[in-house]
Formats: sequence, C-alpha cells, structure tokens
Amino acid sequence: MVNIKINGQSIQVVSGKTILQAAHAHDIEIPTLCYHKDLNPTGNCRMCMVEVEGGKFLQAACVTPVWEGMDIRTHSEKVAKDRKMTLELMLANHPQDCITCDVSGECELQDLAYEYKASAPEWGSKGTRYPVDSDPNPFIRVDMNRCILCRRCISACAEIQVRDVWGVAKRGFDEVIVAGAGTTLLEARCESCGQCVAYCPTGALSNKMNYGMARAHQVKKVTTTCSYCGVGCQFDLLVKNDKIIGVQSNPNAPANGMALCVKGRYGYDYVHHPERLTKPRARRYLLEGKDKNDIRDSIRDTRKSNTELSNIESPWDWVETEWDIALDIVAKKFIEIRNNFGADSLGFLTSAKCTNEENYLMNKLARQVVGTNNIDHCARL
Amino acid sequence: MSNSMDDVAQQAKAFFIIGSNTTEQHPVFGTLLRRAVIFRGAKLVVADPRKIDITDFATLHLRQRPGTDIPLINGLMHIIFEKGWEDKTFIEERTENFAEFKTTVMNYPPEKASEITGIPVEKLYEAAEILATNSPMAVIWAMGITQHIVGVRNVIDLANLQMLLGNMGKPGGGVNPLRGQNNVQGACDMGGLPNVFPAYQPVTSPDVIEKFAKAWGLDPGPQTVDDKTSSIVHGLSSKVGMTVTEMMPGILEGKTRALYILGEDPVMSDPDTKHIRKCLEVIDFLLLQEIFPSETSVYADVLLPGVSFAEKTGTFTNTERRVQMVRQAIPTQGDARNDWWITSQIAKRILAGTPNRVQNEAPYSGWEYRNASEVMSEINALTPSYGGITHARLEAGERLHWPCPTLDHPGTPILHTKQFTRGKGKFMPIDHAPPAEKPDDDYPMLLSTGRVLYHWHGGQMTRRAKGLMQVYGEALVEVNPDDAVKLGVNGKTHVRITSRRGSIKAQAWVTDRVPPGMVYANFHFPDASANELTHATLDPVAKIPEYKITAVKVELV
Repeated sequence: MVNIKINGQSIQVVSGKTILQAAHAHDIEIPTLCYHKDLNPTGNCRMCMVEVEGGKFLQAACVTPVWEGMDIRTHSEKVAKDRKMTLELMLANHPQDCITCDVSGECELQDLAYEYKASAPEWGSKGTRYPVDSDPNPFIRVDMNRCILCRRCISACAEIQVRDVWGVAKRGFDEVIVAGAGTTLLEARCESCGQCVAYCPTGALSNKMNYGMARAHQVKKVTTTCSYCGVGCQFDLLVKNDKIIGVQSNPNAPANGMALCVKGRYGYDYVHHPERLTKPRARRYLLEGKDKNDIRDSIRDTRKSNTELSNIESPWDWVETEWDIALDIVAKKFIEIRNNFGADSLGFLTSAKCTNEENYLMNKLARQVVGTNNIDHCARL
Repeated sequence: MSNSMDDVAQQAKAFFIIGSNTTEQHPVFGTLLRRAVIFRGAKLVVADPRKIDITDFATLHLRQRPGTDIPLINGLMHIIFEKGWEDKTFIEERTENFAEFKTTVMNYPPEKASEITGIPVEKLYEAAEILATNSPMAVIWAMGITQHIVGVRNVIDLANLQMLLGNMGKPGGGVNPLRGQNNVQGACDMGGLPNVFPAYQPVTSPDVIEKFAKAWGLDPGPQTVDDKTSSIVHGLSSKVGMTVTEMMPGILEGKTRALYILGEDPVMSDPDTKHIRKCLEVIDFLLLQEIFPSETSVYADVLLPGVSFAEKTGTFTNTERRVQMVRQAIPTQGDARNDWWITSQIAKRILAGTPNRVQNEAPYSGWEYRNASEVMSEINALTPSYGGITHARLEAGERLHWPCPTLDHPGTPILHTKQFTRGKGKFMPIDHAPPAEKPDDDYPMLLSTGRVLYHWHGGQMTRRAKGLMQVYGEALVEVNPDDAVKLGVNGKTHVRITSRRGSIKAQAWVTDRVPPGMVYANFHFPDASANELTHATLDPVAKIPEYKITAVKVELV
C-alpha cells in the first residue's frame, strides 16, 4: 500500500494502481475520453491530465501509477485550462453539427465540451476531411470526420472481439483510423459485431440501421435476453413509438458484458417485418365444417400458393378468422382425434425459442390435459 | 455445461474444442475463448475436420476424418495412460468401473487411432500432452459431437476423458456442451422431452406420477385404459413418449394423427426434407403457432400468431443453466397473442370438452394464469431445480444458475463439485462404430451440415433481417480447392449436390476450410437446404439424426 493525497484527501492505495483507479475507488471524478474500464489504457487523449505536486508537466491519470507521498490535484485551474485546450484542439477538427448528429445527448465529447465550456476555435478546420458514411458495411456507419483519434475502436476490436480490424494510418494532422490496410470493414474480416460502435465516444462510429431515427433521450430502453443462441447475452432494446429501433450493449449484462454478435446486435428487424402473422388463420374447409380427407385433391392443387391469401376459393385456402373460432376448431380436433385414436396419437413440439413458462405449459398441456408423453422439441436437430 | 462460461474462460489452462464452431455459433463465448488464448496464454486444441475460424487461435488443430471422434478420444486416453498422466486420486475417490474402461482404451494405441482418424501419431502425442499437462482443462463441444449415430457414445467418451484427468467438479474444467438455441436448455428443463417431467423427473417413476397427478388434479389411482384406443383415459401416462424424430415418421404409420407445433420449422430443420414433407402432407390435423408463415405452415390446418421475444415476458435458461428475464418491450403485433395465453386457451377448451378428467380442487389443476410470473410460481412448486428461481429474485438483480432449490439458495454455477448426481462417476467402455452412410462410387464425397454466423437455423428470422441478408444472402457450399479443380469450379460457380434422397443447387465457396473429399452446407435457405440431402438415421439412445455425415456427389451445374 502507498499513501497518496488527492485534492487534499489522504488515501491508501494498492501500489501499482493508476491515479485514475485510485480516484475512482474513492468516487473522485476525473474526466476521460480514450479510457474505458473494459479496455487497456492508452493514455492518448490527454483529458485525464492531473497536476502532481513537484512534477514539471501534467500527468495522464489513466496510465500513471501512484507512488508514496504523491500529492494530486484533479481539478486545479491549470488542469482545467489544459483540458479545455485539449477539447478545443479536438473540436477544431470536429464538425460543428451536433444539432443534427445522431449521438448528440450521449456523446462524451459533447458532454465534456459542455462541462469545460469549450467550443471550436476560430482557426479550426471548417471543411469535411473524409467522406461521410464511408463504409458499405450494412450495420456500421463510419464518419471519420467525427473521430477524435481516441483509439477505443481499435482496443475494442483487439481486446473484446479479438479480431484486430481497426488500426491507425498516417501521422500528424493526417492521422486516421482505418479498417485493415485502408479497405472496407468486411474486406478487413470484420464480423460486424459492433463492439467498436458500442465503445466509440462520439458519432464517428454509429449504427446504420437506426441512423436518424432517434436520439438517446427519445428512446425507451428495455433490458432483455437475446433470442438467438444459447450464450444468453443481455442487451437493451431501444424502443420509440412502440417500435424496436435498435439494440444497445448493457454494461451490466452477466454473460456478455458489452459484447454482442452481429445477430444479437443487428438481427432484430425481423420483429417488425411485414410478413409477421397478426391474425389467426384456418383453412377454408375447417370453417365450412368439411372433412380433410374429402378435399385431399384440392390441397395438392393449392399448396403452392399457401403464403398468399388467394382470391380463388379452394377448401385449402387460408382464411383469417377470430381467435374464438380458431381455438374452438383446434380444441374440437384434438378431442376428436384423442377420442378416436387415443391420447398417444397426438404429438406436441414445444419450442426452444420460447420461454420456460411457455414450455412448462406445453408440457402440462400434453401430460395433464391430453394424457400423452409425446412431447419434444428441436434439441436433437 | 457443468461449469459456467466465465469460469471456463477465466480459469481453464487449456481448452479442448471438439465439434463446436464456437466463434460462429456461440460468438460471444467464442470471443471469451479468443481472449483467454491471446491475453492469458491458455492452450487450445481444436479437433474438427473443418478449418473453422477458431483454429486461427489454436495451439494445435487436429483434423480428424468425420465420424472418428471415439478413436481420437480413446487414442488420446491411451497416450495419457502410457505417460502416467491420469489423475489417480480422482479415479480412486470419485469414480468406478475403471478397469473395464481401461481395457477398452488399451485397444486404441496411437498408431491405430492415427490410422482411423487420419491424424499423424506425433500430433496425437502433442495434443495429449497439452490437454493432460495443462490443468484444469475444459472440454467444449456442440452438435459436431452429438449429431452422429454414436452421439451419446461420443459424449460419454468425453466424460471419460474428463474423469480420467480429474477435471470434473473443478473451476476451469468440466464437460461443456454448448446449447444451440436461446432456450433449448429451458425447454429440456421444463419437461419438453418425452421421457421426463420438468427437472428431469422420469415419467416411468410411480412417485413422480403421483406427485404430478396430485398437483394437476388427476386421478392418482391406477391409469384407466380405453379398450378401443388402448390409451390412458384417467391419470398420467407412464409410457415414454415419442421423440420428434419418431413422431414425424409416425405420421405415415398412423401413430401420429395430430401435431401441435410451437415455434418450430421441421421442414427446414429436420433431416430428409422430402420425407418430412410426405409425412406432413398426410397428417390429419396440424396446428402451427408461429410468428411468420414458414416452410412448415404450407402443411398447417390452423396457423396461430404468437409473438417474438420482444413482445413477451418470461425467462430463458442459457447454456450454463443461468435463468434470465426476457422483458416485453413493445406491444404484441396486430392481433397476435402471447404464446402462454394461446396454450392456456387450448388447454381450457380441451378440458371443457373432456369433463371429469381434472379435479378442480388440486393446487395446480387450473389454467387461469394472468401472467408469466404466475406460471413461474407453479414451476417453482413442481420443479426442484427451479424451486428458488422467481421473477422477483431475477428482477432484483440476482444471478441464478439452477439447481437453485429454495428461495435462499444462491444457485449453482459449477456442478458435481463434491459428487456426481449418481454418487460415483462411472467410467464407460466406449468403442468406435463407423457412420451409418458410407461414400461409394455413386456418392463419393462426404457432406457435413451446420449454420453460419449470419443466419439462424431454418432462417425464418434472419432471412427477414435486411442487413444479415446483405452480408449473406444466398446459401454457399464449402468446396475444397482440390475438389474444385477436379470439378472445374471457378469463381462463383454453382454446383449441384445430390445424395441418395435429394438434390440442391447452391453457389460454391472454394475454400480450404473443408478437407478434400468433404463439402459443407447449411439449412438457412429453402431453395438450397442441406436437409434435402441429410438422412434420418438416429443415435439409438438420443434419437438424434446423423446430420454430420451424408454421402453425396457434387457436379458442376
């Protein structure tokens, strides 16, 4: 343990910890941009600079380890002035388009600029240096004009996804983040997991599928569990006007943390697909009280056009109907078949996509109501 | 999984991935394993005929011939004996039937294992050393192990390996099958199986039958049988039911007359599509509850609109037995209804038509649920391993893995720490048996099937996701460059693949992911589904089809 002081407060810290870790452990706030608790610190954005007594220069809190007797000031006048200048340098090369930017309201650069009253300096670049929406990836929107070169995308790809798609090209004013050797994301073997988007502090990387659809304060977030594989990732569904417009990482997700895969993060739009079934359907012959065995020929003829509700009447046509009618038909058929051929002539395929509660009820239906153990699901398939 | 994902990823010194395309099929767990290899230096042995993505991170990739997992595992265990790497204390204290098991393993010297598997002897030695000397070691598998006629034997042999090395009941070790679907674990836990009630309580046990009969208000006395149909009229059936792979062909035999299918698409996901179509064509009555019209709805008599995960509240149980909340985010679409509501309605209506079956005074006889949480309360009462898993606890932020028998139980992330469910772990002697379908002059190549990163199973959801279709919009069949040269495949050529049952046309992806003589296809697209080709030969115990090995011929179109 070493003894240090932060803003006059005496603190004991495990040796080897950084100033930032020591401060966080005691709820002392130091602003950061390139730093993220999930990623290795790179110390390149200079937002977390603090004053250390006796030091010639300000120190980056995220990469400077504490030492015995260290006396740190996190919000001195000198520090504040330095941070403001750092922000101004970033804003000098950042489009002044917060008013139309998608991430306005959850942009870390915007928040810090607001806090430190920093705006773009007069001498700043006004032009657009890079093409807007420059990558054809269907999920990830790239706008390097908004990039502050914090490199979190590089770290997220290298350390969370372990795919090493993002890198840095060129030096000085021309320095820029590139995919692979300056190719498209997919060409650089991007798996479209969107981890880089989740960690980007600005609008440089954002989600193409919901671009322009809503800002942070306009959406309701609902934490839920993914419906694809068995890993059980959790995330927040972003809801606007009763529609899902996106998926956002939830840092408290137990199995996955911030990580998601391409299906989990970007495979949600099927929920609102126009082909969703929204009304019960029964074949015409059932509504007309006919026997299936008498209409086998017309079934064969009409089978091809099953998904369309056709105009030419066939006993095998789909007819949209009311719940009561459809459910009564089902119950009547099940009872009839059970009475004629026994409970074991009925089979139940429950669903690995449905909830435990729903699966329990299918088990109860088969066993308690019908009296058969013919229940299974796709675990084998 | 006997262990949890973060336990395996953080504690294991070595991983043995066999028959799991982890980074594509369980992508986020795949990234945890990549991190363990790169940042923690964990060793990774991958045994897979295909050069799947995770092999980029492997210390060693064993490319066994398809269907030779048992000789591979036995060969590795033979070397472990030869080198004296077995965990003698664990074997002595925690296991039985060791001698018989060892005799069988001794029939698989490395030379023989090498001959059957096609893996060089020195690579077998290298693999055995990595797996045995980096302890704890976690075995990870998925359908590449189970979808064989020897699926059960493959799994038992991996359990043998883990007991031999003393890797059971330990952090960072264990047997870790990765469950495919979001809630396939829960569907099994909830009694969605023909032989067990919820929590794997056997239907053949009189005590279990009595317990559920009392709870559900059924006649607890002897089962009454109808003479005409020889089926149970009162009480619960103690006869093991049919699996899905038996119910389908049962239609043609007149055994299955009606099916209630909830959120499944057998035409896409079952083996031998042509046969499945033939079965569904003649069924008396098919009820399908779905969110989209599907390949299966072509055959449905009634189609009821259920809802997607975003419109419902309830729980899913993931591959590590962790039970998690699913929360409704948007209203149900149109006149679609919650799936639990639909099932309850059907139950109530059937009961109304069969009075006297259920006695209403029993605690759980009824179907008057107001929400999923009330269903969970009933699950808590009747499912010992879920006894303490309530919505209230999950909503309060508790992280619960079953078994969690009581409200004050913290859950069980690692199984078998002190003893196995049956007491001592039983070593089972396992011998090799060749696959059901062998290549011949007419069908000289092997087809294996599976999914790809960008799509999900039968594809009903992902084919309706725009971005996913932009990245992967058409079925690709992996063809080895050597075979491609022989066939004359060049660039984006389409090939015809034919098995003894069917034929598909799909675009070839020329890649050394597959070895020469093997092709790999998926079943995401109806017009080029691998299941047109696969066959329904089943593992005799688990009744799982041998999807992974089909003899085919490949021709240029």
